[in-house]
Amino acid sequence: MSDTVALTDRSAPAVLTARNGVLGALSDLFWRKPKLLLFLMLLPPVLWLGIVYLGSLFALLLQSFFSIDEYSGMIKREFTLKTYGELLQPSNLDIMIRTVVMATLVTIASAVVAFPIAYYAARYARGKWKALFYLGIMLPLWSSYLVKIYAWKLILAKEGILNWALAKLHLTGLLEAWLALPIVGGNSLSVSSTGTFIVFVYVWLPFMILPIQASLERIPVSLIEASADLGASPTRSFWNVIFPLALPGVAAGSIFTFSLTLGDYIIPKIIGTSHLFIGQAVYAHQGTAGNIPLAAAFTVVPIVVMGLYLWMAKRMGAFDAI
Amino acid sequence: MRSDRKASAPLGLKVATACGLLFLHVPILLIFVYAFTTEDKTYQWPPPGFTTQWLGVTWNRPDVWEALTVSVKVAAIATLIAIVLGTLCAAAVSGSRFFGREVISLLIILPIALPGIITGISLRSAFSLMDIPFSTWTIVLGHATFCVVVVYNNAVARFRRTSGSLIEASYDLGADGFQTFRHVVLPNIGTALLAGGMLAFALSFDEVIVTTFTAGQQQTLPIWMLEELVRPRQRPVTNVVAMVVVLVTLIPIVAAYYLTREGDQVSGAGK
Repeated sequence: MSDTVALTDRSAPAVLTARNGVLGALSDLFWRKPKLLLFLMLLPPVLWLGIVYLGSLFALLLQSFFSIDEYSGMIKREFTLKTYGELLQPSNLDIMIRTVVMATLVTIASAVVAFPIAYYAARYARGKWKALFYLGIMLPLWSSYLVKIYAWKLILAKEGILNWALAKLHLTGLLEAWLALPIVGGNSLSVSSTGTFIVFVYVWLPFMILPIQASLERIPVSLIEASADLGASPTRSFWNVIFPLALPGVAAGSIFTFSLTLGDYIIPKIIGTSHLFIGQAVYAHQGTAGNIPLAAAFTVVPIVVMGLYLWMAKRMGAFDAI
Repeated sequence: MRSDRKASAPLGLKVATACGLLFLHVPILLIFVYAFTTEDKTYQWPPPGFTTQWLGVTWNRPDVWEALTVSVKVAAIATLIAIVLGTLCAAAVSGSRFFGREVISLLIILPIALPGIITGISLRSAFSLMDIPFSTWTIVLGHATFCVVVVYNNAVARFRRTSGSLIEASYDLGADGFQTFRHVVLPNIGTALLAGGMLAFALSFDEVIVTTFTAGQQQTLPIWMLEELVRPRQRPVTNVVAMVVVLVTLIPIVAAYYLTREGDQVSGAGK
């Protein structure tokens, strides 16, 4: 700004009021050509995201069409669909099915747990309580991801608080019966799929609460009043009026829970069985195995699944609720 | 439901809500208890006794301090970059309608919408393709990319509330574009940028998935934590670090909430 002040004396023979100095001239130029300003404003972020992010993303996708030489372990840089063929091997299909099933279950469970909280926060909490609810959802959302996982490691440990509580309630037998089941069971909760499931639900729950709450808050009270005036019982109003209008919120929340579960590799690594999830497979293939093409092909799976999912969610109107 | 807004909630709803909130908060509270336990080999509950000795032990651990320094440095630089890029983008997108506007918002959201592992592995493979050695700067590069969206969300919401007539009035009164930015636009969006910046800082400070791919020898605090989770060395130190991390992330969240609560809600909802 100092330039403008310092240079005012050296006034140019301007038509009307052209500004002086470099900044002034620039300012006038932007005023005459708003497109130029727009272009200059967009240039840095678009360059950054376009080059750093999209560039790397495309480079990665490109590599999924390469293959790895089984003997030398070198990457062969020629176009092939062989790597995608490898994806269809039973062991890899297993990984994909396991991940998608887990993501689906986690999404359903989060919706069930989240709905009452969101409903209460949107329709009953007022004033100070409203703020408390807001912070009560935001704090767990923003608390450290690893600390949250660590907390569950403490809880689910054999000597931890959950087993202690179950023993006090004389329910240890129930837990043992559950852990004896195939697939969901295991040696202890912290090395079972049930444990992985609980931690996933816990960590992503706030992502489900917020959009549901937003969509519930958007329902006009008059609509519910109208429903009551027309003779609907509260239960009926809920199922016929409120719930359908809250569904876009559920769909929006499910985008987060589903996508985040699909790509996570740390939770199943720390709390779970030795069976891999997609994220772990990607990590393993790019790391020690050095098989970047297969890792890249694996990352295409969540992208495609999410693409389909987003398409369906859009049809349900989820994007208006984010 | 009755129209009466003061009607109290059905009992079932209260119970379900209370259980849900307990489920959200008890695990974090447990962290605070465990930070003071005397037990150092297992995760025994109830703790056999309480002590504050582990606070001192953690304080004297150079590896914790190093990791903390790297984390703070990375988060600070990434936040600065994100503030500049996010504000520019928000100003452009909210100030005018142009071809490709939707594409730009999609581009901004993409790094956070796609699973972190995809961002991580694509950056890693790009670095190795271009022979860029891993350093603190490669971590910053990754973090800045997904932090932009948080600043952008906050700034866009504020721009939407700032009326365009203010800016026009400033021009009418003879201010040039830069003066208008400095004296009219900036004071208006200042708190939103601060809030967005703090959330971006918290996001970067906590990030682990992308970081595992873009870090070389440098350990950020989350990476340190991850190592401890996979191969526990000294559990009490991990407990204390976990508690400190919770406290440190708590501050920006509460502050961001108070900075943005008038008017636009859900400042952190776009994590």
